[in-house]
Amino acid sequence: MRLETITLSNLRRRKGRLIFLVAGLLLGVGTVVTLLSLSRALTAEAQHKLENFGANILLTPRSDNLSLSYGGIALGGVTVETEDIRQDDLALIRTIPNSRNVAVVAPKTLGAVQLNGKRVLLMGVDPSQEFALKRWWQVEGRPLSADDELVVGSSAARNLGLSIGDKVSLRGEPFTVSGILKQTGSQDDHLVLASLPVAQGLLGKPGRLSLVEVSALCSDCPVEDMVHQISSVLPDVEVHAIQQVVKTRMHALEEFRRFSLTVAAVVLLVGGMVVFVTMMGAVKERTREIGIFRAIGYRRSHIMRLILGESIIVSVFSGVLGYLGGMTVTWAALPFLSEETSHASHGETVSHWLWWHPELAAGAVILAVVIGCLASFYPALHASRMDPSEALRTL
Amino acid sequence: MSLIEIRELSKRYTGDAGCVEALRQVDLNLEEGTFLGVLGPSGSGKSTLLTLLGGLCHPTSGKICIDGIDLYELPGEKLADFRREYVGFVFQSFNLVPYLTALENVMVPLAVRALPSREKRTRAEAALDAVGLGHRCKHLPNQLSGGEQERVAIARALVNDPPLLLADEPTGSLDTETSHEIMGVLSALHAAGQTIVMVTHNRENLDYFDRAIQLRDGRIVEDRHGRSRRLQAQG
Ligand SMILES: Nc1ncnc2c1ncn2[C@@H]1O[C@H](COP(=O)(O)OP(=O)(O)O)[C@@H](O)[C@H]1O
Ligand SMILES: [Mg+2]
Repeated sequence: MRLETITLSNLRRRKGRLIFLVAGLLLGVGTVVTLLSLSRALTAEAQHKLENFGANILLTPRSDNLSLSYGGIALGGVTVETEDIRQDDLALIRTIPNSRNVAVVAPKTLGAVQLNGKRVLLMGVDPSQEFALKRWWQVEGRPLSADDELVVGSSAARNLGLSIGDKVSLRGEPFTVSGILKQTGSQDDHLVLASLPVAQGLLGKPGRLSLVEVSALCSDCPVEDMVHQISSVLPDVEVHAIQQVVKTRMHALEEFRRFSLTVAAVVLLVGGMVVFVTMMGAVKERTREIGIFRAIGYRRSHIMRLILGESIIVSVFSGVLGYLGGMTVTWAALPFLSEETSHASHGETVSHWLWWHPELAAGAVILAVVIGCLASFYPALHASRMDPSEALRTL
Repeated sequence: MSLIEIRELSKRYTGDAGCVEALRQVDLNLEEGTFLGVLGPSGSGKSTLLTLLGGLCHPTSGKICIDGIDLYELPGEKLADFRREYVGFVFQSFNLVPYLTALENVMVPLAVRALPSREKRTRAEAALDAVGLGHRCKHLPNQLSGGEQERVAIARALVNDPPLLLADEPTGSLDTETSHEIMGVLSALHAAGQTIVMVTHNRENLDYFDRAIQLRDGRIVEDRHGRSRRLQAQG
């Protein structure tokens, strides 16, 4: 028999109070877990979407002239030939402070070529990066995998009368059409894609890039920061942020998170009060018993340990329950809050973003213990300070 | 040397209703192995004297030495340690912990001691056996009769082998027959050498004491050594 035996027996015998204590803490911790995991899942979802949305930063050669194109119509003849981006410089992007947030760097070299008697826009790409960035691209046939292959946009294929497997020649070199992009409704439909070094060779621009698209996953740092960081390592390059819907959603989620924390704090406070009042009542009710313990020779610290031990056991229990409860509520509520519900047909539902977070579980238990102990510290102190002779007189 | 030395002990309670002089300048020496009866009308200061003897509250003036230890000179929590090691309490109305079994109740004083759990158990069982209750150790207090609960309380007071056993009207809420049983248990302990101070207002118990003091208004008004005539006649 140890002090803990007394604590446990007391808890077992007074189930009503136990339920009350657990309910108080459980509600608080459960709310925190729900709100945190909810905002976390929604943020992860939005982050994923950010990645799927494509580039949010665009690198173009610096030009001293004003752009003389509007609505896709270039007012030719006026633009001065600009210095291209040097491909070797791209490595510098990986040296910026937030390089961890850079998901995709997709370099491109553009130029006009003659194909089947028509002028088309040839774009040299790094296939792995490009296809990672443009997740909405759907290729009939195969994406680019060899140097003598081409992928053709849907309009270009129609205009040029190309289909998969056709052999064509570009500037005298033989190529095979390995795939055709399904219609995207964008300028990509007019492109002919080749691998980057091949296109650079054909266009006479080895090691030169016309355009770089960068996808940065940044939920906690503003994209402007990233732009600034990239500009400082690539001073000769124009760096722009592409404003996006996702950014707005990220912002909304940040607001939601802040609101959640406020609500959680209030609920926790109420939970703490419930514990305080219940423990205070319990101490009053146990006055006589505590008097006996003191008379028998228990130190004040022993009494503190009896009372605080009780709240630690209750807290750990409530913390675990609160975590499980919170995760369950999140799991149930997530489909209603997510943006992806409409096209859940992908088989990839939002619960995909609900993970088992060990640190959240540990946090829930620690939070419960901290609140439980804070709320019962005064009752425990009060109990330990009771005058034993007084306590024994009260009948 | 006496086991207990009380010098000019006074206790004044100050409450809303004014001051109460519960004890006034009490002097008392008690030899080891004595069974002392403390008698007196209600409110005469009996419980106060016992509480002070057990180190449960502080006197207004005067001092108590037990086994050469000046109780109220002990710093902080040492008084609690003293209670645990030197005195066993048996209270008026049994005062068992309601959610613990008889055996667990007896083990409560041992719970804060660094002993192997097996030894705690054997000691508690021995204490229960000594009061004739070895067979009911799994029972909760509300499943025991008044006399049985009182025995559990005595076993609990003795489990640490304290030099001094204090009992405040241990028979106060028992019927005559059960009272005699309990007094029998206490006499047996006394016969085995236990020093006991017992408060009672029942003069029938006088037979069991080998010394009895009478309190009135916080003063000792009578101090009689030796057994009462009735018991001596019987013996
Ligand atoms: N804690 C206390 N506060 C105020 N007065 C008390 C307290 N304890 C005892 N008294 C008073 O002290 C006197 C002696 O009490 P007590 O020692 O309990 O007497 P007894 O046990 O002989 O009946 C009584 O008048 C009682 O009301
Ligand atoms: Mg009394």
